[in-house]
Amino acid sequence: MEEKFDAIVVGAGPAGTTAAYLLAKAGLNIILLERGDYPGTKNVFGGVLYSSVLNRLIPNFWEEAPVERHVSARQWYLLSPTDALSFGFQSQEFDSPPFNNSFTVLRSQFDRWYAAKAEEAGAFLITSTVVDDLLIEGERVVGVRARRDEGELYADVVIAADGVNSLLAQKAGFREELKPEAVALGIKEVIALPTAVLEERFHISGDRGLAMEFFGEGATKGLEGSAFLYTNKDSLSLGVTVVLKSLFEKKEKSVELVEHFKSHPVVKELIKGGELREYQAHLIPYGNRTLLTGLCRDGLLVVGDAAGLVNPTLYYEGTNMAMASGAMAAEAILAAREEGDFSQRSLSRYQQRLEQSFVGQDLTQYRGLGRLMEERPQLYTSYATLLCRLAAEFLAVREEPRGMRERAMAGRVQKEMPDLWEAWQTVRRWYET
Amino acid sequence: MSVEFSIEAKLGQDTFKVDKGPHIVPDPAVCRTCGPKWCIKTCPAHLYAANGDGSVTLNFEGCLECGTCLVACLPRSLDWHYPRGGFGVQLRYG
Repeated sequence: MEEKFDAIVVGAGPAGTTAAYLLAKAGLNIILLERGDYPGTKNVFGGVLYSSVLNRLIPNFWEEAPVERHVSARQWYLLSPTDALSFGFQSQEFDSPPFNNSFTVLRSQFDRWYAAKAEEAGAFLITSTVVDDLLIEGERVVGVRARRDEGELYADVVIAADGVNSLLAQKAGFREELKPEAVALGIKEVIALPTAVLEERFHISGDRGLAMEFFGEGATKGLEGSAFLYTNKDSLSLGVTVVLKSLFEKKEKSVELVEHFKSHPVVKELIKGGELREYQAHLIPYGNRTLLTGLCRDGLLVVGDAAGLVNPTLYYEGTNMAMASGAMAAEAILAAREEGDFSQRSLSRYQQRLEQSFVGQDLTQYRGLGRLMEERPQLYTSYATLLCRLAAEFLAVREEPRGMRERAMAGRVQKEMPDLWEAWQTVRRWYET
Repeated sequence: MSVEFSIEAKLGQDTFKVDKGPHIVPDPAVCRTCGPKWCIKTCPAHLYAANGDGSVTLNFEGCLECGTCLVACLPRSLDWHYPRGGFGVQLRYG
């Protein structure tokens, strides 16, 4: 006799595990499938987990979860090939619960812990299992085909949480193959540094951590994207993220990007003496270029990266949106179950909730900013370098009247950054609407 | 930390459970029709290399399973799968 579950969740990342956790807690018979040896072995992110959803589901989760540090300070750098212009913010408020819902995390540890919470709640976690296809009867998704003996599994509803390369979303006909302008490539190194050295170097102590973002030629070689450096307990998460299409256009080799960033004088000092622990890479959905449509059909919901739920502009928020979508998918399934109706019409509650939530609203709102940034390659190339030069000019000590120099600088901004004003106007309009 | 730190040395820090056969297979006939061969430049593990006849060779053993080649391969030459359950890269600090 074939075994039938209430729901099958494919992928034990933040989205899938959230859904499995909530459904199991509600008493449903849930199977959570993961292709890694344990959850987290295949998962990569930059390193900062935003946790407003998680803290709602598991209050004070940081007391038991394997988090590295809470982010109490943030810094932004504009890098020319040789110089750096920066500003930062730190807050005492961020040092007390809920720590501004920002923690540095290593996913191989965190995802494993989180999936164990779903197991505790009653979900069956099956690891080392790849799902290759959906089982479809008529118009309805009735299960999945896993790559193992007796791999046909059936359920009332399937949740596709299989990540950015979601083969299931594709098989379900929700989207075509990913395009180079719709994904960013993130390349990351985890660099070991003794805790004492790390804390002294980054002016942090206790559980406090620092998140740094870098823009400009010195960060990405002029490619559309940014670089980052986050502090863990005794390591740094350092990486570069660029839109895949811009790698094509600039004819750059991806393997050289991280080395280029690490060779910047500022970055070089920050990682001095560090030893590479692990080298990682992953694609990231460039959410502002995908549309939030078609996330459910009869018997199927798509969540997290598989649904393209990442806000890549300014915040790089992904895991929190993934958890939010997993939670909303679980709610929709519970409502559908009460009606005994798992049709698309019934499950579309999920999509409606998602669109009304911060996830849908942010993705829609930031799509405009994403376009603005895409249309202005100079934001990634000449601007950071020019601003660094202006700073050098502003600070230069010479025997010449400062008024003359300031007028020359203003002229340069007008001439070489004509769209800075326009961009500022657009941002203002976008905030006013 | 040397700037010249090679990609081979970086992959040497990673843990892989290597399966018997490749999980990604390029079609030589399609690869020969492809001029830019973005797979070579974009693969963050630098696992693709051009052959003299215009086809490409893939060293699947160091695959980070990022999905870049799947998107970068515009002529769709790749028979692309995830490794079998439990095989492939085993991230310890993801």
